Amino acid sequence: MKTEFQLNGRAHSAEAPPETLLADYLRDGLGLTGTHIGCDTSQCGACNVLVDGESAKACTLLVATLDGAQVTTIEGLGTEAHLHPMQAAFRKAHALQCGFCTPGMVIAGIAIAQRHGPDVADATIRHELEGNLCRCTGYQNIVEAIRIGAREMHADAGTTE
Amino acid sequence: MQPFSLVRPNSLSEAGSAFRGDAAYLAGGHTLIPAMKSRLRSVETLVDLSRIPELSDIAVEGDRLSVGAMARHARVAASPVVHEAIPGLAALAGGIGDPQVRNRGTLGGSIANNDPAADYPAAVLALDGVVETNRGSHAAEDYFQGMFATALADGEIVTAVRFRIPQASAYAKHPHPASRYALAGVYVACFAEGHRVAVTGATTGVVRWPAAEAALDSGAALEGLALASDDLASDIHASAEFRAHLAGVMLRKAAASL
Ligand SMILES: Cc1cc2nc3c(=O)[nH]c(=O)nc-3n(C[C@H](O)[C@H](O)[C@H](O)COP(=O)(O)OP(=O)(O)OC[C@H]3O[C@@H](n4cnc5c(N)ncnc54)[C@H](O)[C@@H]3O)c2cc1C
Ligand code: FES
Ligand code: FES
Repeated sequence: MKTEFQLNGRAHSAEAPPETLLADYLRDGLGLTGTHIGCDTSQCGACNVLVDGESAKACTLLVATLDGAQVTTIEGLGTEAHLHPMQAAFRKAHALQCGFCTPGMVIAGIAIAQRHGPDVADATIRHELEGNLCRCTGYQNIVEAIRIGAREMHADAGTTE
Repeated sequence: MQPFSLVRPNSLSEAGSAFRGDAAYLAGGHTLIPAMKSRLRSVETLVDLSRIPELSDIAVEGDRLSVGAMARHARVAASPVVHEAIPGLAALAGGIGDPQVRNRGTLGGSIANNDPAADYPAAVLALDGVVETNRGSHAAEDYFQGMFATALADGEIVTAVRFRIPQASAYAKHPHPASRYALAGVYVACFAEGHRVAVTGATTGVVRWPAAEAALDSGAALEGLALASDDLASDIHASAEFRAHLAGVMLRKAAASL
């Protein structure tokens, strides 16, 4: 089945059977292995990507239903030289240990910052992270990173509302 | 996942005729896709409802709030129309699962599935909802028929739910700590003629709670009220006694925030 969508800012045409899941397509089809598969049962958020600016679990999305969508994976956020502000905040706050949950956390963090603005409260961040599991950090530094990242994202965008 | 063919119709009538044999409708996929991945469910034809525009409408019509079957949880939670008409319903939608689940999951998918621990069935029943389909309509009382069972015939499509707008309403749930599904969830709605109370999670299917309705109508104390039912759910997550107790706690919490 042919499906056309935007992937990391570029037009992409996918040719895959209808049962193909986005997470598998990205990893096995395109070698974009930054989208991790943790649980494969829709619980852990390691596979989060942005679809039309909203976070979504790539292990629970059919590629064939994405036509016309804008899909952004962790690979599409920044470069090693120019990290996305949320990625930079994760480094600054030491918000990862093994790093397995990190791509999904960064994507979730960006969606949180977009929904809640630069001054998002810790309690809100915690509530919004209900679909992201981390087995290493204890979440404390992840919450801090998202708080910092949200401020930086909005400062970069020049919005101070 | 086992192979299937995917159909993406643009209208309800096309969707109805595409549904043949071993078929299923696809809404947000957040129940169906995990079930297909784990091979609890296999289908030959998947009929995607996401291209049928009218299934996502949200509007007040007279004394009712109509929410389209394909309205996603996040959208209901953020909708100014829902906030204005039934804020308790917006709050319920905002407490389903996690943000990623709310970005995909839909009202129609939730009530077609009728998981005994799902949140929406409590609102549909307490708010005297009418489930509209491509073939007619079902009153909430007749629609929910116990665990994963509904009045929907094979191939019937939920198009919208029309909730009766109450004077006030509120939902409280004790979520399962991992999934956020309700171990016990209680929706309390106050109408001119009296209260309607529905319980999800605690029993093997959503039910009304007549004793709680009577207590709220008469202004009697809710203290000490626990759910008495022959159909209490009991599993590794919570015993029947604990769920009956939790229902009472959630009732008092919901009633206090009316
Ligand atoms: C991690 C996780 C946590 C969750 N937590 C909660 C929670 O706290 N509370 C809660 O209530 N739910 C929860 N859910 C369930 C979630 O809300 C589902 O999205 C929802 O129950 C099903 O909606 P869907 O749109 O994804 O439907 P789908 O998965 O697409 O479909 C579900 C079923 O309904 C049928 N169907 C779908 N739409 C229609 C229609 N319009 N007409 C007829 N049949 C239709 C399908 O064929 C299928 O059988 C959770 C799910 C996940 C993965
Ligand atoms: S791998 Fe998708 S939610 Fe865990
Ligand atoms: S850093 Fe290891 S799972 Fe989160």
